[in-house]
Amino acid sequence: MKDVGSMIPNQYKITTSNVNVDYGSKRALHDINLQIEEKEVTALIGPSGCGKSTFIRCLNRMNDLIEGCKVEGKIMIDDVDINSSDTDIVELRARIGMVFQKPNPFPKSIYDNVAYGPRIHGIAKSNEDLDNIVMKSLKRAGLWNEVEDRLDASGLSLSGGQQQRLCIARAIAVNPDILLMDEPCSALDPIATAVIEELINELKERYTIVIVTHSMQQAARLSEKTAYFHLGKMIEYDVTSNIFTNPKHEMTEAYISGRIG
Amino acid sequence: MLLGLSFVSYFYGKRLIRRRVYEQKISQHSRDSYHGLYLSLYLIIPSVILTLIWLASSPNIIDSLLKSKIKNSFPDLSLGEINILKSKVISAYDGILPVDSEQMEMLVNFYNSANIISTNFLIIISALVSVSFFLFALNRIRVRFNARSKVENILKFSMILASCVAIITTIGIVLSLIIETIEFFKIIKITDFLFGLQWSPQIALREDQVAGEGLFGAIPIFIGTILITLIAMFIAVPIGLLSAIYLSEYSKPKIRAIAKPMLEVLAGIPTVVYGFFAALTVAPLLRNSGASVGLSLSSESALAAGLVMGIMIIPLISSLSDDVINAVPQSLREGSAALGSTQSETVKLVILPAALPGIVSAILLALSRAIGETMIVVMAAGVAANLTFNPFESVTAVTVQIVVLLIGDQEFDSAKTLAAFALGFTLFIITLLLNVLSIYIVRKYREQYD
Repeated sequence: MKDVGSMIPNQYKITTSNVNVDYGSKRALHDINLQIEEKEVTALIGPSGCGKSTFIRCLNRMNDLIEGCKVEGKIMIDDVDINSSDTDIVELRARIGMVFQKPNPFPKSIYDNVAYGPRIHGIAKSNEDLDNIVMKSLKRAGLWNEVEDRLDASGLSLSGGQQQRLCIARAIAVNPDILLMDEPCSALDPIATAVIEELINELKERYTIVIVTHSMQQAARLSEKTAYFHLGKMIEYDVTSNIFTNPKHEMTEAYISGRIG
Repeated sequence: MLLGLSFVSYFYGKRLIRRRVYEQKISQHSRDSYHGLYLSLYLIIPSVILTLIWLASSPNIIDSLLKSKIKNSFPDLSLGEINILKSKVISAYDGILPVDSEQMEMLVNFYNSANIISTNFLIIISALVSVSFFLFALNRIRVRFNARSKVENILKFSMILASCVAIITTIGIVLSLIIETIEFFKIIKITDFLFGLQWSPQIALREDQVAGEGLFGAIPIFIGTILITLIAMFIAVPIGLLSAIYLSEYSKPKIRAIAKPMLEVLAGIPTVVYGFFAALTVAPLLRNSGASVGLSLSSESALAAGLVMGIMIIPLISSLSDDVINAVPQSLREGSAALGSTQSETVKLVILPAALPGIVSAILLALSRAIGETMIVVMAAGVAANLTFNPFESVTAVTVQIVVLLIGDQEFDSAKTLAAFALGFTLFIITLLLNVLSIYIVRKYREQYD
């Protein structure tokens, strides 16, 4: 694997070098070196338990919430080491939105779900401002037309696909520049998945997107770059079309052709 | 012996069916153990039921036999004298009284033989019943016999019976409360009871003075209960809730593993211990510190009782709330954290609203516990029914008054005794309403985050 990142600094949005993650005494990630371009979709694929979710959770330090989880190595986002002690974790997470595997809207109204982030960060100057942010976020998440007349309804009254788009709206309401998506479609049916994929295609004009997915077709459809993980190691990272048509590593080929995983 | 027999029959049934299956070479319907159980249940259950019925009824039968014997031997005795003689005979039979006359000896012997006959009869009858049921069951065992569903039915029926016992007991208690309360309201007007401002039931002791107006006014003692309970909740809700939040959201697993059991130990302390802690430690402490800032506290005060009661119900609130907060899905915490909220924002804006129904029901549960508490109030707040909202004065609570009313000798149907039932019933209604309210709240919001 060639290490393009070290040659030209500042070019990449996210650069990780030698990232190791331990859960207790078990090592979950081994020496991950990855460079993620701005305003591109980067897909992480690999069999279950290969560490791709663990990796994506390193990028906004969600692993801090897990007891006994230790992250080592350097993760630079916009040339700032997010693991250093002066990094404000609240500020960091406000810049990095995250969408989870299972839709997890708060048990609040649709409006309050989207307004949650702007409220705690004091983004909106006035009520109209907040209304505007909510509307814009819902529109961008492609949900506005479906919910505009029932913003007071509970977020949990929506269907699974709508809930996931609500979570996307909630994430982009804080105006992040990176979106992390941890298998955002795995709990959804094909139609809802198609809607979300279309949305991701639109969102990548504004956001740097890192998406973990189990569906190789999804990775192929959506992403510019793809990384293949296996047993806590990154096996191959390349332009998506190369990974799927001309994988350099035999394990990658075995996975994408369905022989393992 | 019966148990031993049923054990034996269990294995006998198992072997029997094994042999039949072996001989007839058909696949059996139910597994061996069901045939064994079927046999042993048929052996044991009828005779146990019979024995229970016998034990419940035979003393009465023997008693009346003895009575009629006395009546026949001494036709000139009055009914009261017969009863006295009867209890004398029974005492003599138990060896408490000496057998001092010939008639006495005759009667004791009669009583003795009646008892022996009854016992022997019971043994024979139950043996017969057991054997006949056993033979009946034995006769029905076939390879294709559906022993499984028979056994399942017997087990199901015994479970229904067990739950009926609890339900019937509850209904019985409530009914007796209601009946006695109605009796009470025949003597005292219900409005006088509910809205009367004076509570001094002692006067009603004298027959000629039955309950002057307002003597059974329950307002002062209910005010006392409310006052003490309020103080207790003021202590317990913030402390319990904050410690629950700390334990479930902030503490490290090691601290939690130590702190939570320790908090729960508080719940295991007998209330009488809290009571003398309140009376001997807290109340004097309060009075002294009150005196030093110029407040006059009586040595028995609502404040002392409320404080200690609050401490008593802290573990109830903290432990239940902790469980509820832990039940809030981790995904909500992660969702909130991923949006850049601090831990306290997550707790305040996401966790607490999601856990609110459970917390409310925990508080209501603690509230009904506090309302029903007696010992602490007796020891720390006193028995004088003062109509006051001043926490520094001595007050009394409903439960305490029930105890006071029932101590000492008085006729069972006096207004004083019946008042205890009326108070108990009112208290029951209040805690019942609180429980219903908490169930309603929980049900209404339960599925919120599922």
